[in-house]
Amino acid sequence: MQILIAIIIGAIFACALYMMLRRSIVKLIMGLALLGHAANLLIFSAGGLARARPALVAPGASSPPIPYADPVPQALILTAIVISFGVLAFMMVLVSRAHDAVGTDDIDEFTSTDR
Amino acid sequence: MSTLAVLPVIVPLAAGAISVALWKSLRAQRVIAVVATLLLVVVSLMLVREVSANGIVVMHMGGWPAPLGITFVVDLFGSMMALLASIIGAATALYSLKGIDRRRQSFLYFPLLHVLLMGVCGAFLTGDIFNLYVWFEVLLMSSFVLLALGNERAQLEGAIKYVTLNLMSSALFLTAIGILYGTFGTLDMADLSRRLAATDDRGVVTTLSMLFLVAFGIKSALFPLFFWLPASYHTPPFAVSGIFAGLLTKVGIYAIIRVFTLLFPIDQDFTRPLMLFLAAMTMLSGVLGAVSQQGFRRVLSFLIVSGIGFILLGLALGTRLALAGAVFYIVHDIIVKANLFFTAGLVERIRGTSALGETGLVSVYARAPMVTILFFVAAMSLAGIPPLSGFFAKLTLIRAGLEVEQWAVIGVALVASILTLYATTRIWSEAFWKGPERTQDEPEEIEAAPKTMVLPVAALALLTILIGLFAGPMFALADRAAGQLMDKQGYARAVLGEPGAAPAPKATGHGASGDGDSGHGAAGHEESP
Repeated sequence: MQILIAIIIGAIFACALYMMLRRSIVKLIMGLALLGHAANLLIFSAGGLARARPALVAPGASSPPIPYADPVPQALILTAIVISFGVLAFMMVLVSRAHDAVGTDDIDEFTSTDR
Repeated sequence: MSTLAVLPVIVPLAAGAISVALWKSLRAQRVIAVVATLLLVVVSLMLVREVSANGIVVMHMGGWPAPLGITFVVDLFGSMMALLASIIGAATALYSLKGIDRRRQSFLYFPLLHVLLMGVCGAFLTGDIFNLYVWFEVLLMSSFVLLALGNERAQLEGAIKYVTLNLMSSALFLTAIGILYGTFGTLDMADLSRRLAATDDRGVVTTLSMLFLVAFGIKSALFPLFFWLPASYHTPPFAVSGIFAGLLTKVGIYAIIRVFTLLFPIDQDFTRPLMLFLAAMTMLSGVLGAVSQQGFRRVLSFLIVSGIGFILLGLALGTRLALAGAVFYIVHDIIVKANLFFTAGLVERIRGTSALGETGLVSVYARAPMVTILFFVAAMSLAGIPPLSGFFAKLTLIRAGLEVEQWAVIGVALVASILTLYATTRIWSEAFWKGPERTQDEPEEIEAAPKTMVLPVAALALLTILIGLFAGPMFALADRAAGQLMDKQGYARAVLGEPGAAPAPKATGHGASGDGDSGHGAAGHEESP
């Protein structure tokens, strides 16, 4: 299971980078979205992969029964998802406005500030 | 008084919230902007005094003791950075009154400014690595909007590059945090520092440190990751690029210094040579870019990159003197860079353009000698002419480099300094010196630059001179901050209590005085030059 998740995370990172290297600006957004997902999945797997084992501490015990999935990374992901949602929404509006201003979705045309 | 530790976050938060509530009244927002940023300066100054007198201030959020809850840990370096952020914030607020047009102001410019300051201060004061990520996002989010506010084509194009690169860096940062937590099981930086010191697995540690270096390297515009900066910083209004130039890349380099002093050891065989190389290349490529550019702000943008190289040099050399030099350089660089961008705004008002090398335009010197003198102070300070602040910052760094016999990188630093002088004198001769006293098609009466725009420039120039004149006390402060940065155990003890003891017995309060003045003077401890 862990190996499978690791491969999936790697594949998503690769897809994200590939999309970001394309010339279309819409694919840039998709790439950024995938990049966020890959990072979130990685944090998720860092907490341990244990199915149907709630991390609840029994009375008198000092830790949940092992193995359990650490809930902290899941809380972190929640924060990160909210942030990336906001940023992505902003990015979409920005791209839409930039598309209107430049008149093309080809990133190679977005060069007026480089010189 | 440990609540003092969060006040630099609370003040801008409150100011931002009130400004949003009063969004219909621009006049109220302007008053709040100036008052709140000045209040922020006072609060940060109190914090610096408190930390300077009583050592590291620790504040546990919600009373949760350190490794469990989020902690604010304020050491001398962090509090000095917060003070600088608030000074630049106040200068920007004042400058924006006239420097930002009415349309932008009515689209919630001032609340965004407050939120930006909140994010910057939070990043400087937090002691939790995930919390650092959140503050980064807070400041990035408001900086995205500030950059794009106004919807000009250049702004939108610059913003796309800026947003994309910063999001990539955030994703890398998040990934690094995930692996860090998965490996060491904690997010508290003090706790992490102890666990990382105890581990034998150098491979994982070096890999993680490189992830952080790349993530923060993008944010702080290190070679070869700096291309987004000159492509975007010259597009927004001058007030915005002033605060960006002063603060945003410095948050990135602050995070690099924090992470590589507190968490990761600088590996002698791999990390140190790499950092020295990056520092040298950043100094050189920044200044070469500056020399070849034609726009006032584009020259300055490349000089920001070059400045980051000097700061990284201080960290890479690794001695206490070098770190003190890095702290000194950050202080100097924040003030001077923001000031130069503000001056660029004044110049554009006077000449009608900020392009260099155009003929037939009025010379600024003839029209506004005061502005010219203020630019001269900031530019010469940046180039490192005594007795201004930049001279002492560079002198400290170069002396530290000579002590550890890194001749090559010191040579690069000196060449970069000379080229900086060339780049700034080129601006001087093109924009300020050349040109007639007045052009034909102009009326005789020209409106002078507004006082609220000249005042912050003058104040920051005065600060540069003062730092130069009182370089001794300033160096002593930077040296103490560097000592505190090198004293990992002191930081961990202040947050967690003695090793092995129960974690942080008191919910709030002062940690042990982690001044680090004792016994850590591995390198030059002498008084200031």
